[in-house]
Amino acid sequence: MNLSLTKLFFLPVLIASMVLFSSCGKNDKTSSSDKELLGAGATFPYPLYSKMFDVYGKEKNVKVNYQSIGSGAGIQQLTSRTVDFGASDAFMSDDEMSKAPAKVVHIPTCLGAVAIAYNVPEITTTLKLTPEVLALIFMGKINKWNDERIAKINPDVKLPSTAITVAHRSDGSGTSYIFTEYLTKVSEDWKKAVGTGKSVNWPVGLGGKGNEGVGALVTQQPGCIGYVELIYALQNKMQTAQLQNKNGNFITPSLKSTNEAANVSLPEDTRVSLTNSDADNGYPIVSFTWLLLYKDQNYNDRSEEKAKQIVKLLWWVTHEGQQYAEPLSYASLPPEAVKKVEVLLNTVTYGDKKVLDIK
Amino acid sequence: MSNLIIRKIKNNIFKYLVFTFAVLLAVPLLLILFYIVKEGISSLNWGFIFNLPKPVGETGGGIANAIIGTFELIFIASLIAIPFGIALGIYLTEFQKKKFTYYVRLGVDVLQGTPSIVIGMIAYLWIVKQMGSFSALSGGAALSIMMLPLIITSTEETLKLLPFSLKESAYALGVPYYAAIIRVVLPAAMNGIVTGIMLGVARIAGETAPLLFTAFGSPFMNLDVMKPISSLPHVIFTYATSPYKEWHSLAWGASLILILLILILNISAKMLAKRWKVKF
Amino acid sequence: MTDSGLELTIGSKPYSVGAVNSRVRIELKRIKKFRLFDWLFKKSLGFSSILFVMIIIGIFLTLLIQSIPSIKEFGLSYYTHSTWNPVEREFGSLPFLVGTVITSFLALIITIPFSLSISLFLGEYFRKGAPSTFLRNAVEILGGIPSVIYGFWGLFFLVPIMRSLEVSLGLPSLGIGIFTTSILLFIMIIPYSASIGREVISMVPNHLKEAAYSLGATKYEVIRSIVLPYARSGIFAGILLALGRALGETMAVTMVIGNRNALPTSIFSPANTMASVIANEFTEATGDVYVSSLIQIGLLLFVVTTIINIAGKKIIKQFGKTQ
Repeated sequence: MNLSLTKLFFLPVLIASMVLFSSCGKNDKTSSSDKELLGAGATFPYPLYSKMFDVYGKEKNVKVNYQSIGSGAGIQQLTSRTVDFGASDAFMSDDEMSKAPAKVVHIPTCLGAVAIAYNVPEITTTLKLTPEVLALIFMGKINKWNDERIAKINPDVKLPSTAITVAHRSDGSGTSYIFTEYLTKVSEDWKKAVGTGKSVNWPVGLGGKGNEGVGALVTQQPGCIGYVELIYALQNKMQTAQLQNKNGNFITPSLKSTNEAANVSLPEDTRVSLTNSDADNGYPIVSFTWLLLYKDQNYNDRSEEKAKQIVKLLWWVTHEGQQYAEPLSYASLPPEAVKKVEVLLNTVTYGDKKVLDIK
Repeated sequence: MSNLIIRKIKNNIFKYLVFTFAVLLAVPLLLILFYIVKEGISSLNWGFIFNLPKPVGETGGGIANAIIGTFELIFIASLIAIPFGIALGIYLTEFQKKKFTYYVRLGVDVLQGTPSIVIGMIAYLWIVKQMGSFSALSGGAALSIMMLPLIITSTEETLKLLPFSLKESAYALGVPYYAAIIRVVLPAAMNGIVTGIMLGVARIAGETAPLLFTAFGSPFMNLDVMKPISSLPHVIFTYATSPYKEWHSLAWGASLILILLILILNISAKMLAKRWKVKF
Repeated sequence: MTDSGLELTIGSKPYSVGAVNSRVRIELKRIKKFRLFDWLFKKSLGFSSILFVMIIIGIFLTLLIQSIPSIKEFGLSYYTHSTWNPVEREFGSLPFLVGTVITSFLALIITIPFSLSISLFLGEYFRKGAPSTFLRNAVEILGGIPSVIYGFWGLFFLVPIMRSLEVSLGLPSLGIGIFTTSILLFIMIIPYSASIGREVISMVPNHLKEAAYSLGATKYEVIRSIVLPYARSGIFAGILLALGRALGETMAVTMVIGNRNALPTSIFSPANTMASVIANEFTEATGDVYVSSLIQIGLLLFVVTTIINIAGKKIIKQFGKTQ
C-alpha cells in the first residue's frame, strides 16, 4: 500500500466521522435529538407500546425508542437517569421512590391481565385452576399434570401424567410482581415461602427473560406452565387456564374480565393493586401498568423541548392512544383514571414552569 | 499373536479413533451452517433487508437498522482501536528493552482473555453512567477494547518480521526517527496490520454481551452516535428468545447475514495474507 | 547578512558566505523540527502505552471498588452461600460458581479427546493436503461463529434433541440445562485448544520421531511416547485457554441453561452461570448491594479468567523457548 491510497481512504472516513459525531457537544437547548425519546422497562405492555409508539412516530414525527427489558430494569434506568421515562407494572415502592434522586410521577397507561398459559396438547378443553392449586404448582408441590388436586377441579378433563415444568421470569419483572402479589394474597404458604417481588427466590422452574422469554419457554416446552400478559398468550395461541376468583367463579382471562376487575378506587398518585378483585366476573390477576417520569424535568441539561415532548407523549398515550388498547386485548383506562392522569401531568414542571404551559 | 501384530493393531485402532473424532467435528459445523442457511434463506427478501422493524405481532418487519447499526458500531470501534492498537504495536516493537514493556504485554494478554460481559459492565460504569444515556458511542468503545489485543498483536508480529535494514536504510538517508517509522516501516507492515484489523472486525461483529448495557438497541435507523443503536447480534438475541414465529425467521435471516459477513472477512483476510505474503 | 566579499566553492558552484549561512540556518531549523517531532512521537507512544496499562488497571480497580458494598455486607460467605434472593436482599453466589464450574469442566472433558484428535490429525497424520485444509478451515470457521448464533442454534436444534434424550431416559424433558450447555460449550471451545495443540505437536523435532521410527516403532507408539510427552505442556496450555474461554461465555450459555438461580441437582437440571446472571440482572439491579453483588461476580470472573489465561500463555512461551 502506498501513501496516496491511504490518503484516498481517509477522506470517506473523515466524512463518515463528521456525519456520525455531528451531534457531540451540542449544548444548545434545542436540537433534533429532542424529538427522540428513550424509554425502557416493562415487557407486559410492550406489544401495546410498540404499536402506540409506531403510530405516534408516524403522526407526530417524534421517535420513541422503547426497549422492553423488564420493569425492574426500567425503574433502575430511570433512577440512574439514563432513560427519559421508565415503565413498570409494579409501581415503585416507597423504598425505591426514596432512592430516586427526585420525585417520580406514575402515569397509568392501560390495564392488562396476567394469564396462566400452559402447553399440554392432551388437554383439549379449558383447564380450571384454583388459587390454592396454582400456588402449589408454582411452589413445586404439585408436579404432575394428573395430580388429584388438579383432577378434582377438572373432573371432565383428561389429564396426562406428564411432569409439570414451571416457567418464571429470570429478570426483574413487574409481571412477576403482579403474579407473586396475587399469590401472596391467596396463599399463606406462598407468603411464607416466597413472598412478593419483581425478582423472587422461585422454588422451582426455568427462567425466561421478559414476557417474551416465558412465552418462548411455554410454547417450546411440553408440559410447561407459566404466567404471561394476556396478549402474549393470545398472539402465540397458547392455552390459558380459567382461574377461580374471590367469588368462586372460574374466569377466563379476557378484555371483558379485565375491565370488570378494574372497579377499585384510585388513590391520587395512582399506585394501587387490582389483584384478587371483588368483582363478580373480574379476572383475579389484573393490573395497571405505569409509565414513570420525573416530576421536575429540568435535570441533566434536558431541554424544555424534550420535557414538552415527553408530557405530550404521555398525554397522547392516555387519551388518543387508548384506541389501540382493546384490539390488543388490553383494557383502556377507565374515565376516573384518565382524570387522575390529567391532574398528575399538570404537576410536571420544568424548573418553575408547568410543562403543559410551554408552547 | 505375535507382539508385532498386537502393536500393529493398536496402531490402526488409534489411527481410526483419531480420524473418527476429527471427522466427527465436521458434523456440528455442518449442522450449524446448514441449519442457518436453510432457515435463513427463506427470510431473505428485499423487505427483510431494507425495512425497519414493525410493532410486535405484525408481519413484514426488517432488520435494516440492525445491519447499519452493526457497521456503525464497527466503524466507531475501529476509529478508536486502530490508531491506539497500532501505536501500542509500534511501542512493543521499538521499546523491547524497557521494563514497562513487560507490563504492556501482560496487559494485552489480560485484555485478550477478559470476558466480554465484564467489558460491557465496565463500559456501562465508565461511559453510560457518566453520559447519562445509552449510546452507540459506548457500544463502540466497549467493542474497541475487545478489538485492541488483536490489532496490537498483529501489528507487533508484523513489525518484528520486517528486516532491520529497512529502518537502517532510512536512517542512512537522513530520515528522522518518527518519519522512518511512520513513512517507511509502517507502510511496509500495512499488509499484516490490515489483516489483523479484518480479523479484529470479524471478532467484534458478532459480540452481543457488551452491547446489552451500552448500545441498548433501537427500532429506528440511527446515525447519531450519542443515541442507542440496534445491531445484528442484538436483534438475533432479542428475536430468538421471543415466542413469535415471525421474529424467529427474522433472527435466522439476521444470523445468515452475520455469518456471511464474518466468513467473508475471515476468508478475505486469509487470501490477502497469502497474496501479500504476510507471515504471522 | 552583508556580503563580506568572501566566497566558498561547494562542488563547482560558488556560494557566498551569506547564502551558506542561511542554508545552514534552514538546515538547523529542520533538524530542530525533526528533534521536536521525534520527541513528540516517542512521547505519544509512551503516553499510549501508559494509557493502555491504566485502562487495564482501571478495569480491575473499578470492579474492586464497586464490589466493596457487597463485600462489606456479606464477606467471604458470599462465595459459599447458596441463596440468591433479591427480595430479601440475600445474595449468595454459590449457585453461579457451581454452575460455571460444572458446565466449563464438563465441556472441557468432552473437548479433550476431540481437540487432541484434531491436533494429531493436523499435526501428525495430515500435515498437508486436502483433508488437512478442510479440517483446518472447519475448525477456524467454528471458532468464528458468534456466541449468540451458537445459542440460537442450540435453542432450536440441540434442545429438542436433548428433550428426546431425556424422555428416553425417563427424566423430565426440559431440554435446557447443564448438560445441553456443556455440549454447546464444548463445540465452541474446540477451536481454541485444537489450534494450539496442532501448532505444538507440529513443532516436535523430527529427529526425535525419526529416531523412534528407525527403532521400529509404530506411529501410535511414537505419538504415545515421544510426541505427546514432548508437547504435553503446550497441549495443557491450549486446554487452559479453552477453559478460560468457557468460563466467560455469556450469550450461548444464557440461552440454554435455564436461568435457575439455585444449586443444580443433577446434570440435567437447569442452572445459571456467573456470566449469565450478570447479563440477565445487571440492568435492573436496584440498590447498592444488588449491583455491587453482581459486580463482585464480575470481579471474580475477571480474576479467574486472567489467571488462567496468563498461566496458559506463560506455558506456551516456555514451550516456545525450549525449541
